[in-house]
Amino acid sequence: MSERTSSRWGLALISPWLLGFLIFTAGPMLASLYLSFCKYDLHTLSFVGAKNYDVLLHEPRFWKSLGNTAIYVLFAVPLGLTGSLLIAVLLNQKVKAIPIFRTLFYLPSLVPAVASSLLWLWILHPENGLLNTGLKALGMASPPKWLQDPKTALTSLIIMSLWGIGGGRMLIFLAGLQGISDELYEAAQLDGAKGWTCFRHVTLPMLSPTIFFNLILGIIGSFQVFTSAYIMTGGGPEDSTLMYVLYLYNNAFREFKLGKASAMAWILFIILLGFTLVQFKNASKWVYYEGGDKE
Amino acid sequence: MIQRIGIFTMLIFGGILFSIPFLWTVSTALKTNEQVFAVPPQWIPSPIQWENFKRAWTELPFPTFVMNTITITVFATFGQILSASLVAYGFARFKFKGKNALFYLMLSTMMLPSQVTMIPVFLLWRQLGLIDTFAPLIVPSFFGGGAFTIFLLRQFFLTIPRELDEAAMIDGANPLVIWWKVLLPLARPALITTTLFSFVSHWDEFMGPLIYLNSMEKYTVSIGLRLFQDSYGTQLELLMAASLIHILPTIVLFFVAQRYFVKGIALTGLK
Repeated sequence: MSERTSSRWGLALISPWLLGFLIFTAGPMLASLYLSFCKYDLHTLSFVGAKNYDVLLHEPRFWKSLGNTAIYVLFAVPLGLTGSLLIAVLLNQKVKAIPIFRTLFYLPSLVPAVASSLLWLWILHPENGLLNTGLKALGMASPPKWLQDPKTALTSLIIMSLWGIGGGRMLIFLAGLQGISDELYEAAQLDGAKGWTCFRHVTLPMLSPTIFFNLILGIIGSFQVFTSAYIMTGGGPEDSTLMYVLYLYNNAFREFKLGKASAMAWILFIILLGFTLVQFKNASKWVYYEGGDKE
Repeated sequence: MIQRIGIFTMLIFGGILFSIPFLWTVSTALKTNEQVFAVPPQWIPSPIQWENFKRAWTELPFPTFVMNTITITVFATFGQILSASLVAYGFARFKFKGKNALFYLMLSTMMLPSQVTMIPVFLLWRQLGLIDTFAPLIVPSFFGGGAFTIFLLRQFFLTIPRELDEAAMIDGANPLVIWWKVLLPLARPALITTTLFSFVSHWDEFMGPLIYLNSMEKYTVSIGLRLFQDSYGTQLELLMAASLIHILPTIVLFFVAQRYFVKGIALTGLK
């Protein structure tokens, strides 16, 4: 095939993505940037300059939602990452009945977010819930009220998020673990490395690109937590679980403050972009790429 | 040996811990209303209330919700895999100007929070008069199918020897024939993996239907389930039975596809 034909075919084949990128990503991004400087309620559109940003930055509920989300990310991401790596390491061992265990750990992530939110609402019920019944049986006189107490509601959402750590992230870790060649382990064993040393000096460095991948997507995904808060608490009690995207959704589709909501979206985008860039900058210190090509 | 027992113990302990919420759902779904609130909780309901499933199925327009979800999921998954495999083929096998830049641009969209595009995309569909239809939930899937899917498939295509393409080309096959007859059959593990991911994500999708679907006869299961919460506040057994119906297809699919699953990701050398 001539170079020209090849080039034509290549462009033709990627054209669905390219069109989709222009229609559903690039165009809307510019539009939402413009909207963030406007007042728009589906009927009248007027340019207001940086007013939306100014209003948001002086609004306690905005900061509350950002703070809640930051706390959520700060706990859910490291705990989830460590947990899913641990499960992947366990499931990568050559012991019996691995397919059964794989299914057991993976099952929770197959439960749709709505169903699992409703299920956990019931498990965390202060009087009749499974968790508190268990805690009472263990002798705790007054167990926490979980979702109904502003002090513990956010913690409850974090605990609930950990139920899904056996899902996609774990599978990606598992695939990464299986990609590490046995020769490396054999060489390490010849040098006398065992258990933890082997894990620390062979598994972790070889897995670091996978950890990096899961870390970046984990932070971005956790910042966008929505369904559990929307269904279980609606942001309450006392805004203790008002998550950033929930507040954005309420602004956009309940109050139809589309300009303000667009400003929120852009603030979120800039925060995430900042996080991601810092991660990429730090990556060279701890992410090891075989063959040395960094991509 | 001791290490082995340790690992096995941790697996069993963890496995039980992770199954409890799920087993509790099953147990609740099979109880009478009085048993649901019994203290101490009963794990094994007696008598077993199989008719909860029938009631969950009939008391709301639940069959409609299921049909809607199936329609959206099937078309969206089809569109996603079809277009992603074409795009991945383009990125994996052809040379063109700006290919690397476009590829990285595509990868970087994985990191874009959907909220940045959500409002204008909503306004676009509104302009087209397609709010409260399935179009906003299906049509975008045909435009590339998402960076993650494209990336996984492209990585997999790269592991397939080019000589196979070239041999077919000498036999006079054009690239579309090669895509269909050479690459797709060989990429089965990757196709199964991405199809499963795609299926689950559309089946589970919440925010999209919440924003775009207004009338009850258009609802998907994920937003329809909430009606059980509102109208049957205390009838948890029906809610849990309905949730189980909702979960069932993804579980069946996982069992069927699981042997391809890890292999599908591992072979793509995701890094």
